[in-house]
Amino acid sequence: MKKNTIKKPKILIMSGYGLNCEEETKFAFESVGGKADIVHINDLITEPKMLSKYQILVFPGGFSYGDDTGSGKAYANKFKNHLSKELEEFLSQDTLAIGICNGFQILTSLGVLPGALTHNKNGQYIDRWVDLKSIGKSPWLTGIKDISLSIAHGEGRYLISSKEYKEMVKNKQIAFTYTSGEICKFQSLEANPNGAMHDIAGILGYQGRVLGMMPHPERAQFFHQTPLWQTKKNKKRKTDEGAGLILFKNAINYFNK
Amino acid sequence: MISRLYVLPKGEDSRTRLFLKSWQGLGLKGRITHLSILDTYIINGELSSGELTKVAESLTNQNFEKFLINELPTSLDLGVKEKNFSQIIEIGFLPGVTDNVAHTAKETIVDLLHIKNDTSLEVFTSKAFLISGSISSEDAKKVSLSLHNPLIEKGYIYDIGEIKKENNLPLKIPKVVLTKQKDFIEVPLSLADEELIKIGKEGILGNDGVRRGPLALDLESMKVIKDYFKTLGRNPKDIELESLAQTWSEHCKHTIFANPIDDINDGLYKTYIKGATNKIRAQKGKDDFCISVFSDNSGGIVFDKDYLVTHKVETHNSPSALDPFGGAITGIVGVNRDTIGFGLGAKPVANMYGFCFGNPYDTRALYKDKNLTQKMLPPKRIMDGVIKGVNVGGNCSGIPTVSGFVKYDDSFRGKPLVFVGTVGIIPRKINGKLSHEKEAQNGDLVVVVGGRVGADGIHGATFSSVAMDSTSPATAVQIGDPITQKKLSDAIVKEARSMDLYTSITDNGAGGISCSIAEMAKECGGVVVDLEKVSLKYPGLQPWQIWISESQERMTLSVPKEKWSTFNKLMDSRGVEASVVGTFTNSGKCIVNYNGKEIMNISLEFLHDGLPKKHLESSPIVHNNSTPKIPKGENRTKVFEELLKDKNIAGFSFIADQYDHEVQASSVLKPLDGRGRINTEAQVFRPVLSSSKGVVVSSGLYPTYSFINTYHMAACSIDTAIRNAICAGASLSGLAILDNFCWCSSYDQNKLYELIEALKACYDYAVGYGTPFISGKDSMFNDFKGYDEFGNPVAISIPPTLLISAIGVMPDIYKTVSPSFKNAGDSIYILGETFNELGGSEYYKMISKKNGDENAIGNDVPKVDFKKNTKIYQALEKAITKELIRSATSLTSGGLAIVLAKASIGGMLGVNISLKNLPGNYSGVDEALFSESQGRILVTVSKEDISKFEKAVKGIAYAKLGTVLKNDKFIILDKNNKKVIDTNLKKLFTIYHEFSNKMR
Repeated sequence: MKKNTIKKPKILIMSGYGLNCEEETKFAFESVGGKADIVHINDLITEPKMLSKYQILVFPGGFSYGDDTGSGKAYANKFKNHLSKELEEFLSQDTLAIGICNGFQILTSLGVLPGALTHNKNGQYIDRWVDLKSIGKSPWLTGIKDISLSIAHGEGRYLISSKEYKEMVKNKQIAFTYTSGEICKFQSLEANPNGAMHDIAGILGYQGRVLGMMPHPERAQFFHQTPLWQTKKNKKRKTDEGAGLILFKNAINYFNK
Repeated sequence: MISRLYVLPKGEDSRTRLFLKSWQGLGLKGRITHLSILDTYIINGELSSGELTKVAESLTNQNFEKFLINELPTSLDLGVKEKNFSQIIEIGFLPGVTDNVAHTAKETIVDLLHIKNDTSLEVFTSKAFLISGSISSEDAKKVSLSLHNPLIEKGYIYDIGEIKKENNLPLKIPKVVLTKQKDFIEVPLSLADEELIKIGKEGILGNDGVRRGPLALDLESMKVIKDYFKTLGRNPKDIELESLAQTWSEHCKHTIFANPIDDINDGLYKTYIKGATNKIRAQKGKDDFCISVFSDNSGGIVFDKDYLVTHKVETHNSPSALDPFGGAITGIVGVNRDTIGFGLGAKPVANMYGFCFGNPYDTRALYKDKNLTQKMLPPKRIMDGVIKGVNVGGNCSGIPTVSGFVKYDDSFRGKPLVFVGTVGIIPRKINGKLSHEKEAQNGDLVVVVGGRVGADGIHGATFSSVAMDSTSPATAVQIGDPITQKKLSDAIVKEARSMDLYTSITDNGAGGISCSIAEMAKECGGVVVDLEKVSLKYPGLQPWQIWISESQERMTLSVPKEKWSTFNKLMDSRGVEASVVGTFTNSGKCIVNYNGKEIMNISLEFLHDGLPKKHLESSPIVHNNSTPKIPKGENRTKVFEELLKDKNIAGFSFIADQYDHEVQASSVLKPLDGRGRINTEAQVFRPVLSSSKGVVVSSGLYPTYSFINTYHMAACSIDTAIRNAICAGASLSGLAILDNFCWCSSYDQNKLYELIEALKACYDYAVGYGTPFISGKDSMFNDFKGYDEFGNPVAISIPPTLLISAIGVMPDIYKTVSPSFKNAGDSIYILGETFNELGGSEYYKMISKKNGDENAIGNDVPKVDFKKNTKIYQALEKAITKELIRSATSLTSGGLAIVLAKASIGGMLGVNISLKNLPGNYSGVDEALFSESQGRILVTVSKEDISKFEKAVKGIAYAKLGTVLKNDKFIILDKNNKKVIDTNLKKLFTIYHEFSNKMR
């Protein structure tokens, strides 16, 4: 599909009912040249047509409905009840979408992405950094091989049937797997923090245009966010940029290059 | 029609791990072979079976869950070998207790089925534990007790045979049923003193013959109220007395800090806290950064030319003792509202916690009553609940929990201390007006937004103003609903604020709307409230209950009439309930109507200023403790390792790991640092992403020092909070501090003396360092009076505790310094002097406990010399600005050896130092290693910066102690080059994390 170049792609970031990473996600997209609007789900329900004016749809991280009845479930139910048609239409165009953490949980609950996310294997909420291997085929992942990002979740254990998994591998639909890299070695941590099947941290759908991932790239948009920065800093350093920003750049570049 | 939906896991359920682990400690006789947890939804409404199935589908994730309707799963469904369950235990909420999951489920159902009128639909949730194995009913009782708190929940242990008949759990709902009572009663006060005292202490006698719970009004106050109503020529109504009790409570009026005491006529707060701040602000002149101090819900200082940063620290001790989870979660979301209630509404950007618990291994039973029916929760249970409460409150609200501390001592066994703090950010000007100024106008509508009102949290303010005993009311417990508050917070701070839709806003905390509305009424001079317009959780509440209920997640705003419709539309579209409950006036009166009938009419002047002044008196006390026997010989390796293992010294990453400290993308210096993941003593974050400025926060407290001297205790708390912040890169001239006093038996004259001493130190050291107080809070009665398991009276009071929190602005976050060692070969320096100051130290505490005489904590408590320390802090500040420091960490509890170990574990780099040149004046190796002398800092400097560094610290006491090693060795040599500590890093790493790993 031949796409038109869009100089300043428009990003719609969902909000409301306890989603809470919308502001820093907007900051990341805008710092690399996008124009992002935070839109409350009720405003989108009132005016569903507005979705078609955007190129990128974002379900950011957070705690929609406090994870009550299961993470992402209640928000997805509401979205499904009112915006199914518009979502389908949006995804059928040459668009991008991403769900981060709670947003990923919403995407799987919506059925946009396969599989499901449930309680971490230790039964507890976990905040730490992880190392990831990028193995999927997606505009979101251009130029990414290894990357370290932050996770913070109680229900991040990815579950998938073996049949679907085989299919996903074949289609290069696994975006990220947990691996032992710089962070795990630095702090002697387990590679897979939550017991996710096949070490899956993120997956793809719609020919790689839709990405769902538990780790937070927006929490690695600045150099000072990585646990390693104090060890790595030196007086000559001039950049404020963190490793996670590349995902946002990739998304913008998909439209403006 | 009542139906039950059961949602059950298809495969393995990782939630079971924690339950099974916690049951190991219950001493069960039988064996559990399998545990299944069912989420059950109890639905009361007219739904067809097709609709029920649709609902069940939407509440189930078919990938790993399945559902059953009105039918319990068989063991086959759950993949269990045994055919029959051994026990079925269900835990549900008591009637009227906030059930967040049920709220969400109801919302989902209403949305799914397009239900127009949802009043006839009721949803409740519970959890059912299906246990296989050989578990007796006695075991089941133990399990049930460990699963629920009788103050808010009920545990049902079912007869398996009975359940089998229907193959369903009972179809009953926890509905609140309140008997209709009169709207008000009159309370004649022409009574004998004894009766007045009784009303003040135990409450108004209701028509049902039951006293309504403490008003915490003493005889003098009761008499003043009696006289007031005499001049009005009428009896007070119940709501008027309740309202006065709330407004005049210690919790709201801080009478101990406000009243004259000895020859301090202006009272402690005005003289020492506000007095210090006023003096410092005058001295700072044009560099004064205080914008709004002591007058609002939080304190506000300058962040930069565009923003203010706010800070507030609260305590929630009494509620956390009764219901740890509920107490802590309402604590954290409550202090968030102190941020949202600052000025026109600041955005919460960082949460903080501080916990003081009893020993988690202590299992002694304590009871509130002589008949041993009201058992106190054990420390471990309190700890787990409190940690979880702050977890859910902070995580669900999208506010990073950047820092915290935890202390353990047997004296916190009766009442734990739960500190919670929130930093906020707000543009200095909003719509062209200064954002920290607000004023309700005559004619504005009184609008309450957020949660609904129930009987929960009645008498919270008056209850926390008295010691906890068997009369402490259970209704004082509340449960938080962070998502309701998140919706409210976003709608106000991110939308309504910039639309200029209200003139003033405040939080509903202690005393509920009775306090918030009356407080705002001061801004314009009066208010009329129509109480029937307050939205309720359930019918049947009496007006006085509605007026003082502390139901959570509510804010009160003054909205100009012409803006109400826009405001209401906005709130409605954000899923936030708003209602107009009255009008602000300038009548000078607080008038409350109920269904058109006036039930309260008190002048604002009497309501706010009628409380009689009481002259307090103190009486001096000097503590004289014995000194413990110190170990023989010179080698301290073993005792050092034991100290590092002590739970007051060791790491607590198990807490930080559960708290989201990265949300808002602002993290700079995290709660855990370095390879070895050590807890940091100060934290830095970036509240405005477009600015490279940061905010640094830290704290200091030394409860044990109070057993020696509260003046020095307070001085050390201040010095430590400041020093911790300086080490991270803060500037002394830009630091502000907050005080949180948690005292005990505050009517005891000795305790008042100790309070005055602490306040004198607050004044001396705040002024000495030029760090103004910007906000504070006190909790004066942290005492427990009850009984042990044999019915013997037991009294436990906390040590007088002062938490000092520091906050400052960092010009460049990239200059932040972390505590972990960075590179082998870096030189290790100490700044500051060491003295014989082991009194009250962690070292003395540990060896005195080992020796069997826990009171032998010595008397040489550290003393603070702010003149010397100021020079040290300024020198370090300069060195950090020039980027000469690789790591910096403050010497606090445990002294030099402990801080060296932490920095070393942080970097996973070895150490070789000598005590030969250690500056100061001390007698032996114990003092050198473990003294807690203040004003000391450990830094590392890389080779190329040594000369520049030494130039920067010229003129202060400092010494090079040794070098950071690449290997695993941890060696400290004494003056004569003899090894006094010789161990290895791997061992120290394990020891440091041992306690934390056990608590996971």
